[in-house]
Amino acid sequence: MTDVTDATTAKSAPTPDDGIRIADAEASGPVLAADGTPLKRSLSRALRMQKLRALALIAPLLIFVLITFIAPIADMLFRSVENDVVAETLPRTTPMLAEWDADSGTPPDPAVFKALYQDIFFAAERKQHTVLGGRLNYEMTGMSSLFRKSGRKVEDMGEVYQDQFEDLNEFWEEGENWNALMGSDEWNAEMAAWDPKGDARQPRFELRDGIEELLPQTSETFSAYAKFIQTVDEDNLAKEDPWAIVYSALYDDLTGPAAARLNDYSGPAAEELRAAAAAVDTFETVDYVAAFQDIDKDWTDPEVWQTIKTYSPRFTNGYFLNAIDMQKSPDGPEMRPENQQIYIKLFWRTLVMSLTITASCILLGYPVAWILANLPARTANLLMILVLLPFWTSLLVRTSAWKVMLQQQGVINDTLVWLGLVDTMDRLVLINNQTGTIIAMTHILLPFMILPLYSVMQTIPPSYLRAAKSLGATNWTAFWRVYFPQSVPGIGAGSILVFILAIGYYITPEIVGGTSGIFISNRIAYHISQSLNWGLAAALGTILLAAVLLLYYAYDKIVGIDNVKLGG
Amino acid sequence: MADTQKNGAFVEFDRVQKSYDGETLVVKDLNLSMPKGEFLTMLGPSGSGKTTCLMMLAGFETATHGDIRLDGVSINNIPPHKRGIGMVFQNYALFPHMTVAENLSFPLEVRRISKSERKEKVNRALSMVQMQDFAGRRPTQLSGGQQQRIALARALVFEPELVLMDEPLGALDKQLRETLQFEITNLAHELGITVVYVTHDQTEALTMSDRVAVFDDGRIQQLAPPDKLYEEPENSFVAQFIGENNTLDGVVQEISDGICVVKLDSGEVIDAKPVNVSKVGERTRVSIRPERVEINPQLGENAHTLKAEVLEFIYMGDVFRTRLRVAGVDDFVVKTRNRADQVRLEPGSHVQIGWLPEDCRALDA
Amino acid sequence: MKLTKTLLATSALTIAAGMVHADAHMADEMTIVSWGGAYSNSQQKAYHDPYMEKTGVKIINDESSAEAVSKLRAMKEAGNVTWDVVDVVASDALRLCDEGLAMEIDPDEMLAEGDDGSSASDDFGDLLVGDCFIPQIVYSTTVGYRTDLVGDTPPTDICAIFDTETYPGKRALEKRPIGNMEWALLCDGVDKEEIYDVLETEEGQQQALDKLATIKDDVIWWSAGADTPQLLADGEVIMGSTYNGRLFSLIEEQDQPVAMMWDAQVFDLDGWIIPTGLSEERQARALDYVRFATDTQRLADQAKYISYGPARKSSAPLVGKHAELGIEMAPHMPTDPENAKNTFLYNYEFWADYRDDIDAKFQAWLAQ
Repeated sequence: MTDVTDATTAKSAPTPDDGIRIADAEASGPVLAADGTPLKRSLSRALRMQKLRALALIAPLLIFVLITFIAPIADMLFRSVENDVVAETLPRTTPMLAEWDADSGTPPDPAVFKALYQDIFFAAERKQHTVLGGRLNYEMTGMSSLFRKSGRKVEDMGEVYQDQFEDLNEFWEEGENWNALMGSDEWNAEMAAWDPKGDARQPRFELRDGIEELLPQTSETFSAYAKFIQTVDEDNLAKEDPWAIVYSALYDDLTGPAAARLNDYSGPAAEELRAAAAAVDTFETVDYVAAFQDIDKDWTDPEVWQTIKTYSPRFTNGYFLNAIDMQKSPDGPEMRPENQQIYIKLFWRTLVMSLTITASCILLGYPVAWILANLPARTANLLMILVLLPFWTSLLVRTSAWKVMLQQQGVINDTLVWLGLVDTMDRLVLINNQTGTIIAMTHILLPFMILPLYSVMQTIPPSYLRAAKSLGATNWTAFWRVYFPQSVPGIGAGSILVFILAIGYYITPEIVGGTSGIFISNRIAYHISQSLNWGLAAALGTILLAAVLLLYYAYDKIVGIDNVKLGG
Repeated sequence: MADTQKNGAFVEFDRVQKSYDGETLVVKDLNLSMPKGEFLTMLGPSGSGKTTCLMMLAGFETATHGDIRLDGVSINNIPPHKRGIGMVFQNYALFPHMTVAENLSFPLEVRRISKSERKEKVNRALSMVQMQDFAGRRPTQLSGGQQQRIALARALVFEPELVLMDEPLGALDKQLRETLQFEITNLAHELGITVVYVTHDQTEALTMSDRVAVFDDGRIQQLAPPDKLYEEPENSFVAQFIGENNTLDGVVQEISDGICVVKLDSGEVIDAKPVNVSKVGERTRVSIRPERVEINPQLGENAHTLKAEVLEFIYMGDVFRTRLRVAGVDDFVVKTRNRADQVRLEPGSHVQIGWLPEDCRALDA
Repeated sequence: MKLTKTLLATSALTIAAGMVHADAHMADEMTIVSWGGAYSNSQQKAYHDPYMEKTGVKIINDESSAEAVSKLRAMKEAGNVTWDVVDVVASDALRLCDEGLAMEIDPDEMLAEGDDGSSASDDFGDLLVGDCFIPQIVYSTTVGYRTDLVGDTPPTDICAIFDTETYPGKRALEKRPIGNMEWALLCDGVDKEEIYDVLETEEGQQQALDKLATIKDDVIWWSAGADTPQLLADGEVIMGSTYNGRLFSLIEEQDQPVAMMWDAQVFDLDGWIIPTGLSEERQARALDYVRFATDTQRLADQAKYISYGPARKSSAPLVGKHAELGIEMAPHMPTDPENAKNTFLYNYEFWADYRDDIDAKFQAWLAQ
């Protein structure tokens, strides 16, 4: 029972360090060891060996903790601000949106719609557009189906040009012709030599020299297409026909400045290209704005674009704002509508109820621990088993048992009615509300209060109480002035345990808490497993973690963390 | 009650018995009365009932039977905190969460003594034990001896007339113990308080006390001033428990005016002073202090002497200690002063030993 | 040096221990995820046992369907998908499909033809929700009530839920907006055809919540399917919504004084998905299993053990008697014409969009 902290703060005995310091201060030069090296250095070398050995011993645990504990927490913290999906799925659209004035009240330029077409086309091939829709749907209702629909229909937009090119010349239908046009000669040769049935990897697509200057957009699109076919689908590029969007790109190139450069071109398909360039002016064109409007009129709604623009940065505070009942708007953060505010209320409730549960655990646990600590060991052990019994029962079973006890047709109400204390028509509502949560959780967490209290009380010798009484203190004074202060570290440890466990509980509140007795963790669980809004769940979890750390810090400042003991 | 006041008894045990389990008595029929200002030590081996007696006096145990009176008033039903008895505990029991000054102030606070007076009394008590500079320290920052001083000061600060001490010096090293023994007795006499002191260390008991009560088996075996206890033990337990002692067993052969002849089991015959024996044929145990044995004695004609063989000679500085085989017993010890002319006995040599009959007490077997 | 070796060895051991994959999939084992309880039993008997007998593949059951979406997402992120076939409700299948976590299914190519010769896509019809979902059963969320507590006028109309004067006592409703919002609007006088149009608007959502507010104090909100049967059996509630199969076993197997209302039951679908990211071999086996387990006979067989309707039209005529109780199962199917006079079909498209928004409002309303 010696208080180590106190002993070390006392200026009683000099430590080995002192010796070195004193020696340093006294001698003008450094003190030397027997072999002539400075004493300090040989000491630190000796200590370093010890430290390394200790490190080797704890390495497994350290790695275990890092992998299983620190990494997930870091991941959670990161998720709460991470917002890659918008910028990654819409790489062409988001930079263009940056210049669009969100307050203009009109949708952005047709050029943005064209970029959107390209982005959604590629996203749809990668099945990313629905992920993005799901992400944006957290911020604006309807985004989910908007993107799903759009992904399904962008193909049609490209087919307008594809059909016209193919009608112009069957040459454009064949993937091989495209490969010959766009791919380098070496690559075409390698492809021809490659055996698709063999083990060798498919030769990776390479652009023909000069084609990039000639047909910049087509080159870029075709490369993306080829890369996707070869690496994601893992299909034979020689057997595939290009996507519709490649034709759109070709159309764009041929109607642009590239057309003039074609005159000097003499590579493969030069004739076909020149013919196409001559014909494109007569092609039916695609109005991307109208096409998107056809898919869903929401695409002309500036609010949709605002949402995309607001959430295009790679990092966002949106989840955190959401977690405190706020939202992003073009004019900065603002409170959510009244009928959607829930989180601050739940945080507050979680805090208050956890404190209530902690307090009732102290009230119930203290006398029990006192009795345990003052009984002969044999009886105490027997009672201890009773205290520990709940630990050996599944949490669900215990909680469900409380359901049977507390419900209106349950054991407690039946007993009260039988005793005539309560009328059968207005039985007490003890469950599906805060009362139920407090009762069930106090029961479940009680051992976490009793155990540290018990082990601390065990180390308080009975002679203190006797001494106090012999000095003239009444039983109460002796308890309050002498025994209680010494048991405070136990209360501290128990309270921290119970409180931190309580604040993160969700199974018990879910079962017996009804609507008024649920905690913030229930919403976190909901967002993890039901709504899949992991970013919001992470933000809520981060706030909860911060709150616990803050309370811990406050506890340290007020009570002192060295005033916490789990035992003698 | 009037009776006891007439006797001037301050603390009185009247036929007190104590049993924890209802089957065996830990304290058997204890009668003890002590006047005001006396320093009384309860000495005995562990389990002899001395601590139980102290706890009954302090009020932490209740007597199963009998009466304990303080200043003529029965205190059986008075709770400990109303008895006004100061107490020093074995492990000091200083409250670790309070400073030294707060510890001392505690008994005054519960007595609702004003702040200024409290301060004064605390200072006085601290200076009494020379610990004025430590008022702000926590008990854990003090050494054992310092803690003991504070415990003492705390037991005295509220000026009790009776102070109980339960093996207070048990955990200290020898030198510190001796210093503190001296300080405690001095303080007790200066303040004129009555002290009941429990210990199992006989030296402590002999040096400190006015009277010593030797406990064994739930009874007081002998209650006497230290010198009497040492010189004239009334039974073989006391003789053996107090100081070093040689014992020889035998049968009383002759008994007459203040002297008896004992035939030892080995067949030899010695002289002794009859203390606990009354008739011829009774078995007895005789006890002789090692320093009263004479080697190659010059005694009267009729005196009996014994043959002895030297087994071991130990040089102890101020004395020599010689272990002998005498009358079939080989742990017979003789102590001789280290004088210039003192003979040093060689192991293996044979000598005669003897003693004055009055130094050899024939006690109960 | 010895020390460095110790350091390396311990670290290596730890990492190795962490790396040992749960991918101890033996060639002849597959993990099938489902809901547990009576439902898993019916699948065991109708699908797993015959399949294991036929192919010798060992099927390992995992009862994680309730968290299937989040777990699959976590598995995909960790790059280690340990499930082969997963039983999920259609809305979850849609979500998994959107997230790219479930593989796309071409019904006519991958699923068996109907016994009557119809193609798989015709046989399943509208029930093929989304691109990844393989329907298995039709179940419904419907209301059961205590026959001994409703007096002489047993409720026949869903609006009895809101009629606390005629039917005083607590009601059990699911702690989510889906289903409840539709019922609230229906009983607030909104035309059945217009319900989703109304529910799209702020005012319509508020209207539904206002209607629910009239009985808020009388509702026990449930989140596990077993809650309502327990509450009904204990007499805690006079009526409550739950899955029709749960009510069937409460009434027919446990003989409780409970009856089913069927009115305005909300149809929902449950079926299989195959996770993406499986090795070719495992994917082929999963497809083989699904093809087997969703053929006409197998789907009809499941109805012998649980009162959920088979998803194939061709299975309906084959539904027979309960395997243990010996009662005719057809009248207990939610799809039975007698029961299906007034029904809703879970509006997947609508709820995929509005779930987040309406749920936030619903939960905020509950917490008030």
